[in-house]
Amino acid sequence: MSEAGKDDVAPVAWESGLEIKPLYTPREVEESGGTAAVGLPGEYPFTRGIHPLMYRKRPWTMRQYSGFGTAQETRERFLYLIKTGNTGLNVAFDLPTQCGRDSDDPLAEGEVGRVGMAVDTLADMEEAFSGIDLNRISVSLTINGAAVPIMAMYFAMARKRGLDLATLRGTAQNDILKEFVGRGTWIFPVDPSVKLVGDTIEFCTKHVPKYFPVSVCGYHIRESGATPAQEMAYGLLIACAYLDHALARGLSIDDFASGLSFNFDIFGNLWEQVAKFRAGRRLWARILKERYGARDPRSQQMRMIAGGGGGGLTIQQPENNIMRSTCYALASALSGTQTMALCSYDEAYTIPSERAAHISLRTMQILMLEIGLCDTVDPLAGSYFVETTTNEMERLISAVMDEVEGQGGIVASISSGSIQAAVSREAYEREKRIRSGQERKVGQNCFVEEEEERSVELHPYREEEAKKQVERLANVRRVRGEHAVRRALAELERAARAGENVMPAAMDAVLAYATVGEVCGVLRDVYGGYAEPIRF
Amino acid sequence: MSGGGNEAAAPIRVLIAKPGLDGHDVGAKVVCRALLDAGMQVVYTGLRQSPEEIAEAAERLDAEVIGLSVMSGAHLPLCRKVGAELRARNLAERLWIVGGVIPAGDEAALRELGVDGVFPIGTPFEEIVRFIRERVRP
Repeated sequence: MSEAGKDDVAPVAWESGLEIKPLYTPREVEESGGTAAVGLPGEYPFTRGIHPLMYRKRPWTMRQYSGFGTAQETRERFLYLIKTGNTGLNVAFDLPTQCGRDSDDPLAEGEVGRVGMAVDTLADMEEAFSGIDLNRISVSLTINGAAVPIMAMYFAMARKRGLDLATLRGTAQNDILKEFVGRGTWIFPVDPSVKLVGDTIEFCTKHVPKYFPVSVCGYHIRESGATPAQEMAYGLLIACAYLDHALARGLSIDDFASGLSFNFDIFGNLWEQVAKFRAGRRLWARILKERYGARDPRSQQMRMIAGGGGGGLTIQQPENNIMRSTCYALASALSGTQTMALCSYDEAYTIPSERAAHISLRTMQILMLEIGLCDTVDPLAGSYFVETTTNEMERLISAVMDEVEGQGGIVASISSGSIQAAVSREAYEREKRIRSGQERKVGQNCFVEEEEERSVELHPYREEEAKKQVERLANVRRVRGEHAVRRALAELERAARAGENVMPAAMDAVLAYATVGEVCGVLRDVYGGYAEPIRF
Repeated sequence: MSGGGNEAAAPIRVLIAKPGLDGHDVGAKVVCRALLDAGMQVVYTGLRQSPEEIAEAAERLDAEVIGLSVMSGAHLPLCRKVGAELRARNLAERLWIVGGVIPAGDEAALRELGVDGVFPIGTPFEEIVRFIRERVRP
């Protein structure tokens, strides 16, 4: 080999640790395990996608995260989003709601309606969705710690409208284990938290079978610092923890496994994301078939929302984030996602403005309609590079999973804080790589321009709106039947203490207009609070 | 780790705290590690600490620096309460810094509440380290 041979190019390694060669040939494909597992789309192990015709038959759903202030304002925003072509709604709740606190709780001060919609009682839910056809728009509830009362409210609202729960569709995030790693809206200790997820899975399996009760989130774990391989590995392990829990109640795998969907993050290297998703889909299918004995293909299919990816955006030269978002959406489409939610270019320093969120929606529409991404299924299949790295990412993800399982499993590792420590170590290392210029970010550490000091912006906190919400809550408390509320909450407490499924009692409680804080308060009394392991 | 020349002295004691309901603590944890790497002694409170708990922890640790991280936008009401608790425990003279999603327009109001340094997201670690060193052990 000449002096100017391949040894002269600088080494390239992905975040997950995979070394990338300058050239891939059939030899690399064979050495990495071959193409036997590539198969056909819609067939096990679903490397190429979970449907035979993918976007050719049905393009991805576009669902932007939104909601702020009161139910009424959120409703107006929803109607606007539907009018502009969104085919699903992704509901944001404010922090008090997410943490199981009412708007009049002293801990809620300054937070009511700030980062999402304030929901205290069923009345708020009914107002937010009035005039919106729940059978036509797919609604995703971004709720975790307080999933029991919020899901109960959504189902109660549907029932009051005369809808058949047996055909109701939708998704709840309801992935509490990832909240302990990143995002932090846990309320109860780890074990009862997992038990409550089990309650919702069991309840939906029996009464709301078309609903997706859990969306397992690699997303927030990645945003908290995890590498793409860790994101997928921890996500898969968390999903398995919920499966194990539901199985222990006597449910059979094919009755509920298809109710789990996934939520992943996209930023960083395009090819690493593609390999991550193709490998992850394959691994999930294998785990379900081999470990859990699932026979129904739907149980083996990884359905996902993949979008991104605030972690890749920069505050500097923010318009560049439009290009980044476009690349993330492209990666998402090339990876065979079912739903996309795209970050907005101003997200690195503010809650997305309407204009920025609008550009994100248009970005997804341009990709869908103008450049041919829906023409054919999994266009990257068969690439020496993509198939090799898919095989190699599968191995890396499996290795991370094996390591965690060797240390007592994901629930124990989250309880001890070791996953949190591993993730924040990666966050710090990445931050150092960016600050040193080793990981390039255009506009931030190279091609830097003199810029006006860009201050972060926030929606101004509207004391008046918060006060209105508190008054609204006081009014509901005044007019509701107090006796029915007390009785329902007592039944909820009894069910929780007896270790029964709390969902039926929670439904009765919210139908009597018990508040989110009251329902969570009862459960807090039964389960106690959570002592966070401090690891950084 | 080499640094500012204060290594011979006991390390600077820093408390990093997350008040309020916001659960985004990547930034807080990353700053903890950066301060640790700079030779300081760092204690992190974990999420959702009440103002009383934060002041109590600062007192218990005899913290020379009290750092709050707030990403939700609720920094003003939270700092008002934390400031009152710090004063109640005679900790008002300790170096008090705040980081997170903080609009430039709120800096003056935070200073009026007694905050000594404001470090919005994206602030280089070195700037925080330098500020602490200069102010605590000039």
